[in-house]
Amino acid sequence: MALRHFGAAAAIAVTVGMTASPALAVTEIQWWHAMTGANNDVIVKLANDFNAAQSDYKVIPTYKGNYADTMNAGIAAFRAGNAPHIMQVFEVGTATMMAATGAVKPVYKLMAETGEKFDPKAYLPAITGYYSTSKGEMLSFPFNSSSTVMWVNLDELKKANVEIPKTWPEVFEAGKKLKAAGHDTCGFSGSWVTWVNLEQLSAWHNTPLSSKANGLDGFDTVLEFNGPLQVKHLENLVELQKTKVYDYAGRTNTGEGRFTSGECPIYLTSSAFFGNVKAQAKFAFTAVPMPYYPDVKGAPQNSIIGGASLWVMGGKSADEYKGVAKFLTFLSDTDRQVYIHKASGYLPITKAAYEKAKAEGFYKDQPYLETPLLELTNKEPTENSRGLRLGNMVQLRDVWSEEIEQALAGKKTAKQALDAAVERGNTMLRQFEKTAVK
Amino acid sequence: MQKQAIFQSKLLPYALVAPQLAIVLIFFYWPALQAVIQSFLLQDAFGLSSSFVWFDNYIELFKDPAYFAAIVRTFFFSFAIAISSLSFALLLAVMADKPLRGSMLYRTLLIWPYAVAPPVVGVLWIFMLHPSLGVLSRYLRGLGIDWNPLLDGNQAAALVILAAAWKQISYNFLFFLAGLQSIPKSVIEAAAIDGARPMRRFWTVIFPLLSPTIFFLLVINIVYAFFDTFGIIDTMTRGGPGTSTVTLVYKVYSDGLLGGNLGSSAAQSVILMIMVIVLTGIQFRFVERKVTY
Repeated sequence: MALRHFGAAAAIAVTVGMTASPALAVTEIQWWHAMTGANNDVIVKLANDFNAAQSDYKVIPTYKGNYADTMNAGIAAFRAGNAPHIMQVFEVGTATMMAATGAVKPVYKLMAETGEKFDPKAYLPAITGYYSTSKGEMLSFPFNSSSTVMWVNLDELKKANVEIPKTWPEVFEAGKKLKAAGHDTCGFSGSWVTWVNLEQLSAWHNTPLSSKANGLDGFDTVLEFNGPLQVKHLENLVELQKTKVYDYAGRTNTGEGRFTSGECPIYLTSSAFFGNVKAQAKFAFTAVPMPYYPDVKGAPQNSIIGGASLWVMGGKSADEYKGVAKFLTFLSDTDRQVYIHKASGYLPITKAAYEKAKAEGFYKDQPYLETPLLELTNKEPTENSRGLRLGNMVQLRDVWSEEIEQALAGKKTAKQALDAAVERGNTMLRQFEKTAVK
Repeated sequence: MQKQAIFQSKLLPYALVAPQLAIVLIFFYWPALQAVIQSFLLQDAFGLSSSFVWFDNYIELFKDPAYFAAIVRTFFFSFAIAISSLSFALLLAVMADKPLRGSMLYRTLLIWPYAVAPPVVGVLWIFMLHPSLGVLSRYLRGLGIDWNPLLDGNQAAALVILAAAWKQISYNFLFFLAGLQSIPKSVIEAAAIDGARPMRRFWTVIFPLLSPTIFFLLVINIVYAFFDTFGIIDTMTRGGPGTSTVTLVYKVYSDGLLGGNLGSSAAQSVILMIMVIVLTGIQFRFVERKVTY
């Protein structure tokens, strides 16, 4: 008897399973990302909205840790034959992803193969340039983009009777005045020391960081940032470090608290710092474009982006790709881009979304949110300001930081430090070139 | 005499030991073998292309002066961490061993840091000693010390050693306390009756009787300093300023996981493995002779 019951139950279970199967035919799309807090909410909302808008595909977002963790998790999953469909990769991982032909599906190919409507010209070129081949083929889908801006504590500047500086010499002067006015541990400072003082500095002054259009035109690129501009800039910082008019704040963004606490009234870091400033700063603030050296011809040029893009992984079925393509189209929608822009503080990636936000008067109250866009679109990007594509970028930045720290500590001159950074970096680039898939 | 009196079947002992063997093989020898294989390969991060390069990864390492600097630094860090945490823990254990009111409370308080994960230890100390956010930094600056571990390599090294040693004190304390409590009271009392003062009692009676514990802890501490301090370094200094806190195991992490240079990273792990084997061999061969069980 018991056995017959079991048989009946099993039969029912099978039938139920079969009748339920059309519902299970929803194609699941795994989306791995590195967003926390309010930005995580944006991701979840985007996925939910997409899932509610149609019934064939289901996007499942999963938080995988910080940018490096997410990328490593994706690489490990790929090696185990288990990669997600969409992976959020920070901009410095671009070369690694791009070199992995076969592991990734270029976005322009995906869109063409699935027949989705896709116009690369609809996106802001300053952003897509970073993620495109030299022929303008978009490899990954820009998602959250930011740029370097100069955050300014308006109250403290007013107290010290200092105008908002526009050029580097003005910043140095402002720092000295601020120090005299009581900011004796830090007149000005910044995060991401190599991003701000090498990568952005070079692009902003239309000076090469490395050959072959900063690596965009090939992995056989050679570093060139030990030129007069970069050496002079580092020399200036070294000199000011001695009196703490400039005070080094670490390799990553751990020093950002020095701005929100009021210690450093001038602070160069990502425009994505906006959320924290808004939440924590008890003073009037704004963000203005990066300073420049007025004696450099053509400066300021345009800035390059930070942030992350979405890479589509290789080896998935046609149906899954169809869903991924539909999701990317969904993300490109103007209203949706405006929503992402407003909710996260990251840049809108399409021209239409930017125009719409402008027309809505979004930047009237918050002009600092337009600053990174104005920087990115300041001039038509050149070979030196389209973007960067260097292999092993995370590690490269650590090596460069090591050398800059030695200069700031007075152990090496600025020139010696940058020469060493170039030499050590080149060794790593050759190593990367050897392993990159041809 | 019959030697196999316990097991009737010849297979049973093998069957009983098999699970343990399987665990050792799968979780220790298999990864170690993988590391050795990987160290001969040049491979991209995704594992799409790989070529066999013989000893190239090792040769590259030995050509790199930074690698030798990291070796020297690692030994210095390990001994500094081991010596400071061992001596401090011994001091605390000797004091906590005395019949005190509320000694259980002291002991418990002294043990808890062991339960803290290394990265948390790093964050904890950074909060106290960060040049601009740190609470203690303010006092240091008040004393006229230019405290800035973000740029001063020696200060950063001291910070890492301090945090790493602090975390290990609890573990050492636990073992020292147990060791001290297992020393027969009669021996110490006899020495006291013979007129030996506390210091003399400690160095001639207690310390030698404690030597097996000290030796065991020395091995454990050096292995800890070699391998487990990585989380502390990553959260506190990320190897900087300059390369002043890059130890061998941190280099394995940054080259392999951050840099995607798996071949070099694997070669480094193999060298590290050999180094620890040799070190442990030396300890057991030479230091153990001085140990009285």
